[in-house]
Amino acid sequence: MARSFERRTFLKTGALAGAALVGTPAVAAAQTVAPQAAAPTAPAPPPLTHAVESAPPADVQVLGDDERAGSDYMIDVFKSLGFEYFFANPGSSFRGLHESLINYGGNRSPELITCCHEESSVAMAHGYFKVDGKPGAIMAHGTVGLQHASMAIYNAWCDRVPVYVILGNHADAAIRRGAEWYHGVQDAAAMVRDYTKWDDFPWSLTHFAESAVRAYQVAMTPPMAPVVLVLDGGLQEHPISKDERLPVPRLTMPAPPAGERGAVEEAAKMLIAAENPVFVVDRLARTPNGMMLLVELAELLQASVIDQGSRMNFPSRHPLNQTQRARAAVVDADLIVGLESADFWGTINAVRDQLHRSTRRIAQPDARLITITTGDLYIRANYQDFRRLQDVDLAIAADAEATLPALIDAVRRLTTGDRRRVFEERGARLAQASRAAAEANRVAATYAWDASPVSVARLCAEVWAQIRNDDWSLVSSYYSNDQTNWPRRLWNFDKPHQWLGHAGGGGIGYGAPASVGAALANRKHGRMSVAIQTDGDMMYAPGVLWTAAHHRIPLLSVMNNNRQYHQEAMHVQKMCNARNRGIDRGEVGSRLSEPNIDYARLAQSMGIYAEGPITNANDLAPALSRAIAVVKKGEPALVDVVTQVR
Amino acid sequence: MDMKARLGITAAVLMAVGASMHAQNAPAAKPAAQAAAPAGKVENGGVLYKKVGCYQCHSNQAQGGLSGPRIGPNLVPYARFSQYTRHPAGEMPPYTTKVLSDQDLADIYAWVNARPKPPAVDTLPQLAR
Repeated sequence: MARSFERRTFLKTGALAGAALVGTPAVAAAQTVAPQAAAPTAPAPPPLTHAVESAPPADVQVLGDDERAGSDYMIDVFKSLGFEYFFANPGSSFRGLHESLINYGGNRSPELITCCHEESSVAMAHGYFKVDGKPGAIMAHGTVGLQHASMAIYNAWCDRVPVYVILGNHADAAIRRGAEWYHGVQDAAAMVRDYTKWDDFPWSLTHFAESAVRAYQVAMTPPMAPVVLVLDGGLQEHPISKDERLPVPRLTMPAPPAGERGAVEEAAKMLIAAENPVFVVDRLARTPNGMMLLVELAELLQASVIDQGSRMNFPSRHPLNQTQRARAAVVDADLIVGLESADFWGTINAVRDQLHRSTRRIAQPDARLITITTGDLYIRANYQDFRRLQDVDLAIAADAEATLPALIDAVRRLTTGDRRRVFEERGARLAQASRAAAEANRVAATYAWDASPVSVARLCAEVWAQIRNDDWSLVSSYYSNDQTNWPRRLWNFDKPHQWLGHAGGGGIGYGAPASVGAALANRKHGRMSVAIQTDGDMMYAPGVLWTAAHHRIPLLSVMNNNRQYHQEAMHVQKMCNARNRGIDRGEVGSRLSEPNIDYARLAQSMGIYAEGPITNANDLAPALSRAIAVVKKGEPALVDVVTQVR
Repeated sequence: MDMKARLGITAAVLMAVGASMHAQNAPAAKPAAQAAAPAGKVENGGVLYKKVGCYQCHSNQAQGGLSGPRIGPNLVPYARFSQYTRHPAGEMPPYTTKVLSDQDLADIYAWVNARPKPPAVDTLPQLAR
């Protein structure tokens, strides 16, 4: 009881003293040393200083030797969860936690990564997870910081990526400083509750510890998604006795939900009986083992695989990979199995985007359909990322990666010798089709080979030629929501870290920060991180270049600089044509020229090695070579290439 | 922005699918069909190709991009080129005679067919398997 009284006293007086310290540090420091030492002949202080000097000393000014801060304990808990990094733009509402992180925690595991925008903090954590498989944590103000961060949180949610969002807030209005009124909020998480999986605002340190561990469990249990923990400023800053034993709850991750045995057996029988089964996979591989399991299953059946690319699900040059002829594979299929497919309806059907939109089924009318997805376990109302409802023959509400071992076992057990021979013949046909598609892609890349602006195919071919013998990772390619993009057509993706998917929600501004976050995760493995960086995306928050330079994050950014928001230009062009009243102004409002943006100088201004703009394709290889040498020394580098549209 | 981006993703995917179909179905150019094409001015065709937005989907040299197939050089006869441009079956927006005259279309066709042939793929080390 006595301790509670002391805490309230501190909250009433210590925080006010803190306000004075922040506002007039020199005067306050002098007062601490000798508050009564002012000479009678000294010049009269300005009114504000006089008022401060006239006030009695605060009851509590520094932690006692037998005390520590509440946020020190918070760091104990966060360390127990294994966070490697906290991404943050600094903010006073979490200053207590910030100080504990760098002093008490030693700025190691977690280490603070300085970000120039909260959207960058979240996108960096998003990209970090795509490589490391662990959530990155971000810190932000509960109001203005979260408002900046919200679009990136939405991207992560649509991508079912866990981001651990820590918000600072001052709940007690009686002791708020002036700025804390702008940064104070009754229900901080409300703004993002539609697109986060769980949130809490702990009222005590014990409450905090349980919620911190619970938040981690919730975020990382499939279907994964961002979570929010709101930390009161008083809870962070008030002292607690070093003798006070506050336990750190043990983290036990729940096993992900696997498919029901009978349903899995039924799926296996349908797969074995099918003549042309196709796996359509999107968010399947949540761990590196996911790709290995899918390879095993596809090879058992000699079945087609279409990798829709939200994760690195299947090697790009595997003979069963039919992604580059996906439409034909779907049309031919008599059984289509969606494995964590985010848009299964859109795989079976097509929408024609003309003045009058229309839809039609492209799969065979009698093709049988199976889905295995955590999408059946989690759905929200307001934001409609769940897509149209596809009626299917068998739906298994489960995590697909966790279900694959049982499905593989059932297929292996139930396959007869006769069917194996059919499978082998089918595999040979698919391998031939895959080889033909790959060859067509090589030939397609030769067109406009020497053109200026540089073709995107040439750009990607030049990058590939220089990294193919390294341990590389394509950390971002904005057109990665389209599996016919040039890296996917030309490069050999066969390792889990080589392809990281896309933004999730289509919010532009993901690419640059996610690349830096992913490159940070790749750094400890010594990998060559490469981003095909679009210009429009870079302009959302280019300050992330400084973060890369400051923290010495090796990353090769190759600008795909087409000097416009090209996708939007296409949309407007479509409207111009449909309305039939002028077709030569489609670029207005989407151009990023007049003046042209000099990305090399932009990067150089933030301490990054950079070259460009390159307009002659033959200048590209030597520039890339020089930039790669910088990256291999552990620094970021950027090459600005003026390109064709895409 | 998000709504636009979402529409864009859908459109881009479908355009690419349509593009792939179109490219696969496009017949090889026939000399007779080439001869039937009206005379076109290559230089003006290049200006128009950029000005009216052809390059947005088919890329700057008509070689094709993520959202539209390759249309040159010498890929489709003029009759098909014209018919498809006026009445596209897939995702391509229509170009009517009100906004693009027959002569303009012929000029564009001439420019598309005048694009240089690419180097042989096996001569390019960057595209080695």
